[in-house]
Amino acid sequence: MDDVKTPSREERKSALSGLGTSRKRVEDARFTQGKGNYVDDIKLKGMLFGDFVRSPVAHARVKNVDTSAALALPGVHAVLTAADLEPLGLHWMPTLAGDKQMVLADGKVLFQGQEVAFVVGDDRYAVADGVSLVEVEYEELPVVTDPFKAELKDAPILREDIADQKEGAHGARRHPNHIFTWEAGEKEETNKVLEEAEVVADEMVYYHRTHPCPLETCGCVASMDKVNGKLTVWGTFQAPHAVRTVASLISSIPEHNIRIISPDIGGGFGNKVGVYPGYVCSIVASIVTGVPIKWVEDRMDNLMATAFARDYWMHGKISATKEGKITGLWCHTTADHGAFDACADPTKFPAGFMNICTGSYDIPVAYLAVDGVYTNKAPGGVAYRCSFRVTEASYFIERMIEVLAQKLGMDSAELRSKNFIKKEQFPYTSALGWEYDSGDYHQAWEKAMTSVNYKQLREDQAKQLQLFKDGKSRKLMGIGLSHFTEIVGAGPVKNCDILGLGMFDACEIRIHPTGSAIARLGTISQGQGHATTFAQILASEIGIPASDITLEEGDTDTAPYGLGTYGSRSTPVAGAATAMAGRKIRAKAQMIAAYLLEVHDDDLEWDVDRFSVKGAPEKFKTMKEIAFASYNQAIPGVEPGLEAVSYYDPPNMTYPNGAYVVVMEIDVDTGVSDIKQVYALDDCGTRINPMIIEGQVHGGLTEALAISMGQEIAYDEQGNVMTGTLMDFFIPTAWETPNYETDYTETPSPHHPIGAKGVGESPNVGGVSAFSNAVHDAFKPFGLTQAHMPHDHWRVWKIAKDLGLHS
Amino acid sequence: MEKINVTMTVNGKEEKLSVEPRTLLVHALREHLDYTGAHIGCSSSHCGACTIDMNGKSVKSCTVFAPQAEGSEILTVEGIGSPDKLHAIQEMFKEHHGLQCGYCTPGMIMRSYRFLQENPNPTEEEVRFGISGNLCRCTGYQNIVKSIMAAADKIRDEANVEKKEIA
Repeated sequence: MDDVKTPSREERKSALSGLGTSRKRVEDARFTQGKGNYVDDIKLKGMLFGDFVRSPVAHARVKNVDTSAALALPGVHAVLTAADLEPLGLHWMPTLAGDKQMVLADGKVLFQGQEVAFVVGDDRYAVADGVSLVEVEYEELPVVTDPFKAELKDAPILREDIADQKEGAHGARRHPNHIFTWEAGEKEETNKVLEEAEVVADEMVYYHRTHPCPLETCGCVASMDKVNGKLTVWGTFQAPHAVRTVASLISSIPEHNIRIISPDIGGGFGNKVGVYPGYVCSIVASIVTGVPIKWVEDRMDNLMATAFARDYWMHGKISATKEGKITGLWCHTTADHGAFDACADPTKFPAGFMNICTGSYDIPVAYLAVDGVYTNKAPGGVAYRCSFRVTEASYFIERMIEVLAQKLGMDSAELRSKNFIKKEQFPYTSALGWEYDSGDYHQAWEKAMTSVNYKQLREDQAKQLQLFKDGKSRKLMGIGLSHFTEIVGAGPVKNCDILGLGMFDACEIRIHPTGSAIARLGTISQGQGHATTFAQILASEIGIPASDITLEEGDTDTAPYGLGTYGSRSTPVAGAATAMAGRKIRAKAQMIAAYLLEVHDDDLEWDVDRFSVKGAPEKFKTMKEIAFASYNQAIPGVEPGLEAVSYYDPPNMTYPNGAYVVVMEIDVDTGVSDIKQVYALDDCGTRINPMIIEGQVHGGLTEALAISMGQEIAYDEQGNVMTGTLMDFFIPTAWETPNYETDYTETPSPHHPIGAKGVGESPNVGGVSAFSNAVHDAFKPFGLTQAHMPHDHWRVWKIAKDLGLHS
Repeated sequence: MEKINVTMTVNGKEEKLSVEPRTLLVHALREHLDYTGAHIGCSSSHCGACTIDMNGKSVKSCTVFAPQAEGSEILTVEGIGSPDKLHAIQEMFKEHHGLQCGYCTPGMIMRSYRFLQENPNPTEEEVRFGISGNLCRCTGYQNIVKSIMAAADKIRDEANVEKKEIA
């Protein structure tokens, strides 16, 4: 036998570029040459443009909308108002959270930037002219922007449409501006533990309102083909199938006559999960005019009107023994939802997975209550680069740990270590009801502390503090720690659905005669590199090189039904479906190989890219040979072809976790922070593509840096958006962004077919706490316990001023 | 609105178009001439997704009127390489995972293209400052910086090879 020509097992494995390889991305050839296909690149024959007349005020009655001057303008084809949509029943639409939302202002406006009328014209310029000519008469009403004032007795009633409803989608409402109360855990027992505790730390932790702000804004092209009755909508949809079902339910167009296509998406981060008035108006306008309609929001529209994130006021109490053993956790959250409850959460979770707020710690008893309220702000409440409300939960517990450590006079690293859920406790049921699947928090923490040389950092910090106290320096050093546990991969159909649609996901694989393949999924990449990584999962499962597998997503006419990409669910759910579909292919391939090799199925074993006869590895059939045989052999009892589909309902969520450290130097006189080190250790279970994981961690950390250090959607008391452009809304440039050190431990998920947990959102979840804790840590020696984010220069300067550090 | 004629050279090809005077260059390129590589992220010069090269300078094409480009030489991301022979910057962005969603990429590449001519041998700090007019929401810039540094090396190496061949 000629050994030179027979590739070894390792060589065959490496030729697949399967799991664990830093395979280069297949998407990049297009993108680097300017050949992406984003929604605004779509150009159809006869296509018109649409844009909104938006409310300049936050709360007002709309007395009159005069469209005559706009309609008289050459180039303007139509102007839609609520009155035009009403006969179709489309002037309001359901939200993902069981509430409803105005598509166009129906009698009043409830936030600045709200959609009032939709102008359709030849091009963007004609539309802009038309928008400026629509005359709207507003009668201004008192404005509520403070969620704590929303429920006052004399507070103006925002939602007159439901003012008298005592029951909402999530139970009792106690005030016209109250949306829901959601509780988890043991109230009385927790109160008792807190009362009897040796030490209790009590703090209000605010996670401010911000916005996912993907570089590409939201938009769509709707095309109603009246000849065949089919509606096609290209759009920035993170969940194309769900959009199809919702569109069918609210428009009465049969679902098979609706085709939703998500083309390339220029970042989503949660912004593109929701259904927006622009989509509805574009569809209606296409039906009215008979031609395709394009609507793409501009940046100001995006920041003012579509899908904010966070805005949680989290009041916490955490109790412990004097030795630092945590005994209980209590949290009451006031959630500012804006004018409509348009949160993108699974139906049974109006506050998302906020009940993961016990974090990485073994806390015996806990209680959580969340009250959602209406204010005169934009609707949303999406999971901005995190699973549903997980960043809020993680920030809350990681701040509470710091505050408790301060109260105990204990190092917070030690406090964490003392209270981590131990490796042998997994699967671990938390006090608020989740079953954590796996983890080794102590290992991760120790690795992190050693890698950054924590002891040395504290010594350096002490020296810097001394220099400051001696008047030799005006800088302080802060060390920000965080350990986070996420809950992602929603989710099991038994408790996770969106508008009644179970949150499973799917993969369909078709092997071609020559041994290459196409796989289609119910998810949609927005930069995550699915075409690269899902092909890797398959390559390892079915022994076909990743480069021979085409991956398609986003077209509801061809892809199997799935709930889309957000909440780090693609790898945990669709990735599992991919592996399972691959295993079905392999099972059939085994039967074919057995026939070809004239042995029993059980006499074969899988070997990287082939089935070989047990004990006789020279007798084998490669997947490529099997693929061809499936198309040209009449095999008794086996259907021709080689295809499989898997709809995967995950048995549990996955629980990625990690340990992050941020070191920064803060100039007390200017409030400017200089980030010296960012170390991020992630445990996302089995690692599919380390290059892509690292890239995701860099990106998520940068979004965390933005959120914690300056990014916010701020309103003044009149409800004016103060941060509506990229001049005011902070996005770090390459200049402000540090280099990151990434690291990992690998604790595979026991219930996921390949052990993967998802990673894209971890760095945001862990990062925000680490950056914020670093700022707090710098000022801790002077008694600072809590300062709300974002820690922009002015706010940090103010901390120093209030602590009397400015002479 | 009355239209005016504009002539410009885009990626080496003379293009004539008739546009309203207020037409932005990015719309002229994307919608009149179908060069959809340059993207629109903010329409206010902050994000840089629309960056192109105009008469040897990086320009944010969302803040230039098309008539201002009369007679100018425009280079877009579609014009710096070909599918058979990518530009070194395009190649290095692929090699070093310098992009994720791809939306900022054309602008980022075009800024890098001009920057590396302004400064062929940059430090990492200079690269970071040089591309600070271009925002990216996905990558955290670390791999973009790496890609540009690698492209600088590659362009210098290619130039050295050419010099040697001529010698």
